[in-house]
Amino acid sequence: MKLINKNHVVKKMPTRLAVNSICKGLFFLATLFGLLVLAILFYRIFTQGIGHLNFDFFQNFASRRPEEAGVKAALIGSIWLMAVVTPVSLLLGVGTAIYLEEYARKNWITSFIKLNISNLAGVPSIVFGLLGLTVFVRALALDRSVLAAGLTMSLLVLPVIIVAAQEAIRSVPRDLREASYGMGATKWQTILKVVLPAAIPGILTGGILALSRAIGETAPLVVVGIPLFIAFLPQSVMDTFTVLPMQIYNWTSRPQEEFQQVAAAGIIVLLALLILMNSIAVIIRNKFQKRY
Amino acid sequence: MLEPKQTDTYSVQQLILEKKSKKRWNIEKLIPKLLFLTAVISVLITIGIVLTLIFETFIFFEKVSIVEFLTGHKWLPFASTPSFGVMPLVVGTLKVTVIAAIVAVPIGLATAIFLSEYASEKTRRIIKPILEVLAGIPTIVYGFFALTFVTPVLRDIFPSLDMFNAISPGIVVGIMIMPMIASLSEDALVSVPKSIREGAYALGATKLETTIKVVLPAAMSGIVASIVLALSRAIGETMIVSVAGGSTPSMSMDVTNSIQTMTAYIVQVSTGDAGYGTTIYYSIYAVGMTLFVFTLIMNLLAQFISRKFREEY
Repeated sequence: MKLINKNHVVKKMPTRLAVNSICKGLFFLATLFGLLVLAILFYRIFTQGIGHLNFDFFQNFASRRPEEAGVKAALIGSIWLMAVVTPVSLLLGVGTAIYLEEYARKNWITSFIKLNISNLAGVPSIVFGLLGLTVFVRALALDRSVLAAGLTMSLLVLPVIIVAAQEAIRSVPRDLREASYGMGATKWQTILKVVLPAAIPGILTGGILALSRAIGETAPLVVVGIPLFIAFLPQSVMDTFTVLPMQIYNWTSRPQEEFQQVAAAGIIVLLALLILMNSIAVIIRNKFQKRY
Repeated sequence: MLEPKQTDTYSVQQLILEKKSKKRWNIEKLIPKLLFLTAVISVLITIGIVLTLIFETFIFFEKVSIVEFLTGHKWLPFASTPSFGVMPLVVGTLKVTVIAAIVAVPIGLATAIFLSEYASEKTRRIIKPILEVLAGIPTIVYGFFALTFVTPVLRDIFPSLDMFNAISPGIVVGIMIMPMIASLSEDALVSVPKSIREGAYALGATKLETTIKVVLPAAMSGIVASIVLALSRAIGETMIVSVAGGSTPSMSMDVTNSIQTMTAYIVQVSTGDAGYGTTIYYSIYAVGMTLFVFTLIMNLLAQFISRKFREEY
């Protein structure tokens, strides 16, 4: 048996400790990199866009002249999009989650559905755009409407909502269900009146996060063919429209320097909307989440 | 004691029997079927995606041979004698993905190690939400950032760099996927049990030695899976490369010139005026199919790695 040479160990000790501290510093710097990028990004966009951010910016439609360009059609359009995506994706997502968590038996159909959902989450958003273009815009002849875009977006965020709702439902303790059954409630009564109310905070949090993804997504809407330049508001779900990210994309890809400032102002509006939604999610999580 | 009158009270058994005969039991049978239908919709979406891509790609291959598509080295759909070889678009996509990986893997992994092994609970609680913010920023915002900040800064350092190039969107895509690698790898590292680390400390290992020789190998499957997933996201990323990458499909390995990725081509056609039914219209489905196959293989690979090589403790 080879014995440890104490001198050898002692001699090596300072280097090993030094390497340890150096690497700790490197790991810390890497972590700081992310924070630094975020700070630069916010700072750049804020300083570029703040000059354009005034009351007129919210009142004006898009314009060829940068000083007159406004965000009205896009902001209202984003809200219209949400009005379609929210009910469709929540209904389908929560329904699927209830089925998978409460009713599904352990068989190949269930595991196929689960595998399918996790793969769907990895499909690039632009491919959902191709699906929307073929099925909703062409086959169902919905044209480039709020409805066509909203349905496409609902399918895109569906996997996120399903997974969030599944987790929320799973975290409701068994005791609550057992107590409900013990009182003579049926399975559906138990789900509707006991499990869902207990799972609502988790479902809402996940739902809002999924919707904030839908509100910032551009690629599928480009493929669906949502116009980049529009100067009227939609009157119904069958009208065409534009949304904030599309408007920002339009401004960003213009060669004039001034439009970049308009784009930055649009980004501030978009980020403000996202921060608002995320804050609501955090408030819901903190306020209603019970610990069992 | 008096027997209670039969009309006033129910036995529980009677109560259940009576309830059973009522409508409620039909709802009980109907609801699972309805919910099953909503669950089936997610499967229908996948089938819809696959069928859409297959059918429209098939029409494309009636106009352009599949051999030319897969092996051709020129992608010139708008030329008077168009040629549809997808390789330049794939090369463009891979260039961006490799640059993104060079940025995101070391930084993401180092962040994960710092958060799980070195950081105090307080630091972690500050940094993790910030990473979530970074992950939640819309890609069009990153695209704007790449075009108006990263590209000009890079051009100050390397004056020969084109306005549109592979390196700026590559770096920014890397920044975009970095939080994903950091967060998923951190989950993998945290799930390595403490007893293993303490075993290493007891043998006299430093924190770094423990991390690199004990914790990292134990969490390797989760880490590799997170990297594969993140790279699959990078391949499918659209807006950053559309805004900052340019629209010149090219086979060259040079990262300073304008490129075009698969996703950026689809955007170019969608925002252009190519009519319904033209070869160019169908070409976006063939490119979409290629993209879908790439990302599907990577996603399945990630699932395979995390299931097959997971170390159970």
